[in-house]
Amino acid sequence: MTSSLLAATIPDAITVVVAAVICVVGALGVVLARNPVHSALMLVMTLFGVAVLFIEENAQFLAAVQVIVYAGAIVVLFLFVIMLLGVDRSEVIAKEPLPGQRPVAICLGVLGLAEVLLLAHGKWSTGAHSVSGTLGSPASNVQQIGKSIFTTYLLAFEVTSALLVVAVVGAVVLARRPRSSQGQLEPPGGAALELDDAIDSGPEASKAEPIDVTTRDGEPAGDGTVVDSEDEIAESEVTSP
Amino acid sequence: MSISASWYLTLAALLFTIGAVGLLIRRNVLVMFMCVELMLNAANLTFVSFARKLNDIAGQTAVFFVLVVAAAEVVVGLGIIVSIYRRRLGATADDVHELKG
Repeated sequence: MTSSLLAATIPDAITVVVAAVICVVGALGVVLARNPVHSALMLVMTLFGVAVLFIEENAQFLAAVQVIVYAGAIVVLFLFVIMLLGVDRSEVIAKEPLPGQRPVAICLGVLGLAEVLLLAHGKWSTGAHSVSGTLGSPASNVQQIGKSIFTTYLLAFEVTSALLVVAVVGAVVLARRPRSSQGQLEPPGGAALELDDAIDSGPEASKAEPIDVTTRDGEPAGDGTVVDSEDEIAESEVTSP
Repeated sequence: MSISASWYLTLAALLFTIGAVGLLIRRNVLVMFMCVELMLNAANLTFVSFARKLNDIAGQTAVFFVLVVAAAEVVVGLGIIVSIYRRRLGATADDVHELKG
């Protein structure tokens, strides 16, 4: 195995080793980072490393799709949800919620790794080749994949479109806020109410700001008492220096 | 001569294991999702390695479909996370262990 790595050309070997190190470091970062935002950025690192390995293995189209779809869309979706929910605070990793779970999980992981490594160095091929075409043809990679998708795997491609439609409809249904039965469904003091308040008070507070200033200049104890304490604190912080 | 497929398969096994262990030990649902993405990427790497090893384009086609399914899965999963978070404060897996609304 070492001889195969040495027999490769030097740029190939260096590229693969660097990309592999990037992948593994990024994967460890995803698992070990306390902040979910850092995990997402480490995931981007791993995805780029995998894209480099794809290019090294003559899968240029998949490398491009990997960067565009994974690093461009999926990770951005992750970051969007992290920021939307406001869960980007650090998580306490040292505390183990379920005692003894982590050693068991790591033991299981090492066992699985050993098993897969044994499989990776055994006999893989059953001798049967598929009918979808070879990599060695003179056509480009995109042409080959396109031909394979639109001839051999046409039915799977059509089912994929149905899957995407179902996913879009499901996401809209899941993310929709039930308007009619809001009083029944929402728990008291739930996150939705806080989110609503935060969203609703945003523009109103900025609009009400100059009015407060004028009333306070005229009569301090008049309408100014209705103002929220947060606004008062913010205003006093602004005006004090 | 390029790198033998064993190296790619070893790296894919390592990535898959890291993702699986992360899925088991983390509590944050979003990080668990990212670990699932790691495992999917390891599977993609295996597909591409075997496509080159067996000189067959079907492996790369399979990766294409895995990408589509992963995108759909992330969209639906994040929708579920958002709706869970909207009903109760918390984005850890322990917050929904009762599976009750």
